[in-house]
Amino acid sequence: MILNDLIAIKEKEIAGRKKIILRCCLAAGCMSSDSKGVKEQLDKAVADAGLQNEVEVRGVGCMKLCCEGPLVAVEPENALYVKVTADNAPLIIGALKGSKAAIPQADPNSAFFAKQLSIVLANSGIVDPERIESYIAMDGYQALHEVLHEMTPKDVVETMVKCGLRGRGGAGFPTGLKWGTVAKSPGAKKYVVCNADEGDPGAFMDRSVLESDPHSVLEGMAIAAYAVGADQGFIYVRAEYPLAIARLQIAIKQAKTMSLLGSGIFESPFNFNVDLRIGAGAFVCGEETALMMSVEGKRGTPRPRPPFPAESGLFGCPTLLNNVETFANVPAIYRKGAEWFAGIGTEKSKGTKVFALAGKIKNTGLIEVPMGTPLRTIVEEMGGGAPDGGTIKAVQTGGPSGGCIPSQHLDTPVDYESLGKLGSIMGSGGMIVMDQTTNMVEIARFFMEFCMDESCGKCIPCRAGTVQMHHILDKIVNRKATARDLAKLEELCDMVRNTSLCGLGQTAPNPTMSTLRFFRNEYEALLQSDPHGAQANGTANKTELGTK
Amino acid sequence: MAAKTLTIDGKQISAEEGATVLQAATEAGIPIPTLCHLEGVYDMGACRLCIVEITGIPKLLPACTTKVAEGMEIKTNSERLRKYRRMILELLFAERNHVCAVCVSNGHCELQTLAYSQGMEHVRYDYTFPKWNLDTTHRLFGMDHNRCVLCNRCVRVCWHIEGAGTKNVSGRGAKSRIITDLNMPWGDADSCTECGKCVMSCPTGALFNKGSTVGEMERDRDKLEFIVNAREKKQWIAD
Repeated sequence: MILNDLIAIKEKEIAGRKKIILRCCLAAGCMSSDSKGVKEQLDKAVADAGLQNEVEVRGVGCMKLCCEGPLVAVEPENALYVKVTADNAPLIIGALKGSKAAIPQADPNSAFFAKQLSIVLANSGIVDPERIESYIAMDGYQALHEVLHEMTPKDVVETMVKCGLRGRGGAGFPTGLKWGTVAKSPGAKKYVVCNADEGDPGAFMDRSVLESDPHSVLEGMAIAAYAVGADQGFIYVRAEYPLAIARLQIAIKQAKTMSLLGSGIFESPFNFNVDLRIGAGAFVCGEETALMMSVEGKRGTPRPRPPFPAESGLFGCPTLLNNVETFANVPAIYRKGAEWFAGIGTEKSKGTKVFALAGKIKNTGLIEVPMGTPLRTIVEEMGGGAPDGGTIKAVQTGGPSGGCIPSQHLDTPVDYESLGKLGSIMGSGGMIVMDQTTNMVEIARFFMEFCMDESCGKCIPCRAGTVQMHHILDKIVNRKATARDLAKLEELCDMVRNTSLCGLGQTAPNPTMSTLRFFRNEYEALLQSDPHGAQANGTANKTELGTK
Repeated sequence: MAAKTLTIDGKQISAEEGATVLQAATEAGIPIPTLCHLEGVYDMGACRLCIVEITGIPKLLPACTTKVAEGMEIKTNSERLRKYRRMILELLFAERNHVCAVCVSNGHCELQTLAYSQGMEHVRYDYTFPKWNLDTTHRLFGMDHNRCVLCNRCVRVCWHIEGAGTKNVSGRGAKSRIITDLNMPWGDADSCTECGKCVMSCPTGALFNKGSTVGEMERDRDKLEFIVNAREKKQWIAD
C-alpha cells in the first residue's frame, strides 16, 4: 500500500456513490429499537421500487439523537426521519419519488445539531463502520501516511504537545507530555494501549465511537505507536460492548489485509499490530494499572504509582495508555494541524468534548461541543431542558468519580478547570441531568453503592470505607441518622479520598461531597435528633462517642 | 550504589538508592506502622497504614512502595496521619468479626497490637457482623475468614516464597476472600505443599495451626526472612 493506492481507493469509493444515500443508524442504541429490521426493509423497498442503481442504503454509526431512534437520514435532501419502524420503509422510499411521507422528522438545523462541532464524531453516522473503504473515502489513513513519511517521531510528539490535547478519560493529563515521556523512556519493547473499558453509569461515548468509526481509533493508535516507538497495541474493551468488539475485529482484519496494520506499513520500516483484550466486568479495570494487570491475565487490581505506566507498564515495559476518545482525536490533528486544533476550545482545554446526555432531559443522545461551551447551552438549548415542564435541579458529570453541579452554576463553561472548581470533574463524558423530583441524598447513595460494589478490595479505605459511607447514607435516606452520623460521613469522605490506593477510592466520596456542598439542607432535613443529646441542626454534641 | 540523604521527622538520615522510605525509616529507628508489609515478600501498598506526608507531593504515599529520593522531606507521624491510621483500624474492626477474647492470636496479633499502639480506643462505625465460614478441612491448618484482614501476605508467601500458588483472592470489595486452589476446601487443594508458610505470615488469627486455642497461636516470622535471605543473599544466618 502506498499513497497512490490509498487515493485510488478513495476515488473509486467516491465515484461509485449513488445519487441518493439513505443512512440508517446501526449503533447499539437504535439497534435495540430494531434498526436492523428497518435497514433490511429499506433494502427490500429499494429493490421493489427498482431503485438499486440510484439509492444506497448504508448502515452507519451513531447519528446522535438517540432518544428518537431508530434514525434514518436522507442525502442529499438532508432529511432525518425519527422513530422509524420497519413498516415505514416503503413510505421513505416513496417519499424519494415525491409523495409526502407521514413519518416524523427531526430538524437537522435545530440547536441540538447546530451547536455541535464534530471532530471525534466527524465520521459517526456518515461512514459505514464495517467498510474500511468508507473511512478511506473520508481521507482516512492519510494522516498516518504523512506521519510515517514526512515526520520524525519527535515531530509527531511535538505536534501533539503544540495542539494542547488533554486526556479524554477524565483526568485531563496533557497527551503530548504523556507521549513524550513514553518516547523518552528507555526500552526496546513498548506498548500502546487503548482504554475502552468505559464504565461510568450513563456514559456511552466510547462505545459509540467504536461502533461508528473504529478506524479512527486504530489510525490514532498507529500514529501514537510511531511517536513513542511501540510495535504492539492492545485495545481493552469491556465485554458488555459486543457490537463494538465485533466492529473492531472487522476493522483490524480489514486494516491488516490492506497492510495499514502489520509489518512495513505504507512501505516504511514501521510495524504495528493491534490485538483486542476483553474485560470481564470489573469497573476498576478502567484504572490504568488495573487494566494492565488484566491485559497480562492477572487479577485486575491497581498498584501504587510511581512507577507510572510510561516508565514501567504492561509486562514491565514503557506503555502509552490513552482513552478511546483521545485516540479518535489524533488523525484529525495530524490531517489539519496543531494550530487548527489549538484554535478550538479554551486556553487550557483545547478541542471538543463528547458527552452522553442522559437523564431528565428532552433530547438524550450524543453531543460533541467545543470546550468552554456553557453547561446551560448544552442542557437548555441543545438538550431542550427538562421534559414535562420540569425544572432542572442539577447536572451530574464524571459519573461515580464526579459531582453534581446545581442549576445556579449552569453558566459554568465546560472545561477541566471550571468543573474541578465546582467539586466535579470533566470525567469521561457522562452527563446526567436531574430535575426537581430528584432526591440528592439518594443520588449520593446510588453512586456510593456503585463504588462499594466495584471496589476491588485491595486497599482498606476503599474496601471498608465505602461500606461504612454507604451504610451512613442509607441511614440518612431512611431517616435513621443523626448529626453525629453526618459528621462521621464527612470525616470518612476526607479519609477515603486521601488514603485510597487508586482513583476509584480517591474519587468515590466526590458525589457525596458535592451534594453535601450544594444540597446540605436535603441531608439535614432527613436527620433525626440524637438520643444522646446532639442537635439535629448539625452541631455535634461535645462529648464524643465512646469516651465513656 | 549511590546513597541518598533525606529528612524523616526532622532527622537527617542516609539511605541506599533504591531503598524504600519504610526501609530507610526502619534503619534509622523511626517506627512506621505496617500491616500488609512482610519482610521477605514484595510490597503491595494495600493497607495504607504506612502512608506518609512528603513535602511537595500533594498525595499521601505508602512508605513501603515509595523509593527514597535525594532531599526528600518526610513526615511519618503528623496528627492527620495518626487520625487516618486510627480510622483505617476502626474500619478493619468493623468489617469482620474480630473478637480478641476468643481468638487464637490474642496477645500475639498484629491487628490488636496496632490498635493499641495507634491509640484506637473504640470503634465508632457500626459493626457489619458478616457471616463468614471456617475452613478446617486441611489436615494441619485452619482458616477463619472472620479474622482475615485481606492483607494478602499468605497469597504472596504462597506464590513467591513457596511457589505453590495455592492461595488466591476471589470476589471483590468487601466480598473478597482468600481461597485455596479453584475455590475448593483447603483439604482438597492438591497444590498445597503443607509448608505452613501462610500460617507463619498471617498477622491475625485467620490462619492457625489446628489444635491451638485462645492466645496459643504464636508465629515465627524469622523463618520466612531466613529462607529469603538464604535464597537471595546466600546468607544462612539464623537468629
